[in-house]
Amino acid sequence: MTNHQHGSGDDVVIIGVGMTPVGEHWDTSIRELALQAIKMARGGLAALIPDAIYVANMLAPALSSQTQLGALISDFAGLRGVETLTIEAAGASGGSAIRQAFMALKSGLAKCVLVIGVEKVTDGVGTDVDSALATSTDADYEAIHGITPTSQAALLMRRYFYENDAPKDALAGFSITAHQNAITNPNAMFRQGMQPVQYLNAPMISAPLNMFDAAPLADGSAALLIARADAVPSGLSAPMVRIIASSLASTTLALHDRPDMLHMSALESSVQQALEMSDLRLEDLDLFELHDQYSILAALALEAAGFAPRGKGWELARNGEISQSGSIPISTFGGSKARGDTGGATGVYQVAEITRQLQGLAGENQVADARYGMAQCIGGVGSTAATHILARIEP
Amino acid sequence: MEISRHWRLAKQRYALVGEVCPNCEHKIFPPRDICPDCGEEAQDLYQFSGRGEVYSYTQVQQAPTGFEEYAPYTVALIKLEEGPMLTAQLTDMGKRPVSIGMPVEMVTRKLRSDGERGMLIYGYKFRPAIAS
Ligand SMILES: [Zn+2]
Repeated sequence: MTNHQHGSGDDVVIIGVGMTPVGEHWDTSIRELALQAIKMARGGLAALIPDAIYVANMLAPALSSQTQLGALISDFAGLRGVETLTIEAAGASGGSAIRQAFMALKSGLAKCVLVIGVEKVTDGVGTDVDSALATSTDADYEAIHGITPTSQAALLMRRYFYENDAPKDALAGFSITAHQNAITNPNAMFRQGMQPVQYLNAPMISAPLNMFDAAPLADGSAALLIARADAVPSGLSAPMVRIIASSLASTTLALHDRPDMLHMSALESSVQQALEMSDLRLEDLDLFELHDQYSILAALALEAAGFAPRGKGWELARNGEISQSGSIPISTFGGSKARGDTGGATGVYQVAEITRQLQGLAGENQVADARYGMAQCIGGVGSTAATHILARIEP
Repeated sequence: MEISRHWRLAKQRYALVGEVCPNCEHKIFPPRDICPDCGEEAQDLYQFSGRGEVYSYTQVQQAPTGFEEYAPYTVALIKLEEGPMLTAQLTDMGKRPVSIGMPVEMVTRKLRSDGERGMLIYGYKFRPAIAS
């Protein structure tokens, strides 16, 4: 088996976590939003100055007319002078920034890194937001035809239903489970839960994809203070969690260039690499925070990871396997679907939430005896996939 | 916006000119200069027939900036008869329902108008194939 309990100096350890509520923060600027998360992550550790600061974001250049978020936010947080930059890979920005932190720490060039995911969607309105989102597609050959990530998810969904014998409401379980889990998450955007009948009656936003098949895009920021084990300060108030695997894979940017588009190859290879690095098997994982920006992508992510055979990912949602007490809980705090999708910050929220699970601090959302959790965020409809596996440190 | 960018892409967009790999004869659209099949350089121009079939489709309700006047519109993945797949809008559908596998053919239409500067961008869309 694994020897994760015998730590070594270059282990990568999460020592601070911060998350703002997800929603429409009209009166908060992008720097203020980021600062809220940074303060939580650095709480009690303000004397520890990170060697590098990575900011994950996808929409600020388009919606806030702002680049160099690294310098902006680091300065605003009182960390002027620290090495910093923005990491962008659309919806995979968050996981990609954590990946950069992991490599910097493993190399020894950094002892402590601050990762911030931040997205300020309400800086834009109406069709401008849709245009900004469409920049994650191929501008010359996809966006110019009026396509958006939502319509790409719908194209995948229609083909999925065509190729697989699945009932009309096959994907409803993803939305219902996410909304159920969000009820007890104070940071979630939607906390009212939802009924199956609401799914059946939901308006189409890009047929066959309905309103409940898509996550709401919203403002939010999450931050992680990550350090090498040999640089962890003493006297931490919360249990530490180790990042035992990190991977990032890619495939074609354009959906039409993939030889088999219902097979999410970047998602599959990033999971395989992460499992190999962690020396774990799928069965060892206690939860999986996947990127459920669209319900079809949740089904395809479960299939790509190997939790379900091709064309059968939806069945895990149908029979309760993805719920809090199921065999592979997903979206345990509501996921993008009900916590809210924070674009480039998503991957940081996922890892922050898994950290809470492995610390045993997930409250009513706690997955029983969670030891290992996997996070995966994706850019576009699967062009980039960043996957991390986290492990509880036994007391 | 970006006049030179759209000028550069005119041949592909108006006439569906792609490439063929001199090594393995793989037909390539959109052009990419390196064959995705065998990795060799592939810059020989190739004229596609413009015929293909619908692989998947959806109706866009909420259009991005520049496409509002067309909404709702149908976008599709089209599998060309020579092999490659592309993304395009369907047009001239009338009351005809779209279906996967439906034969379609290329036409040139206005893709987008850039209101402020009055620039029009033309390119390929696909309509139901006229029975041959
Ligand atoms: Zn070739």
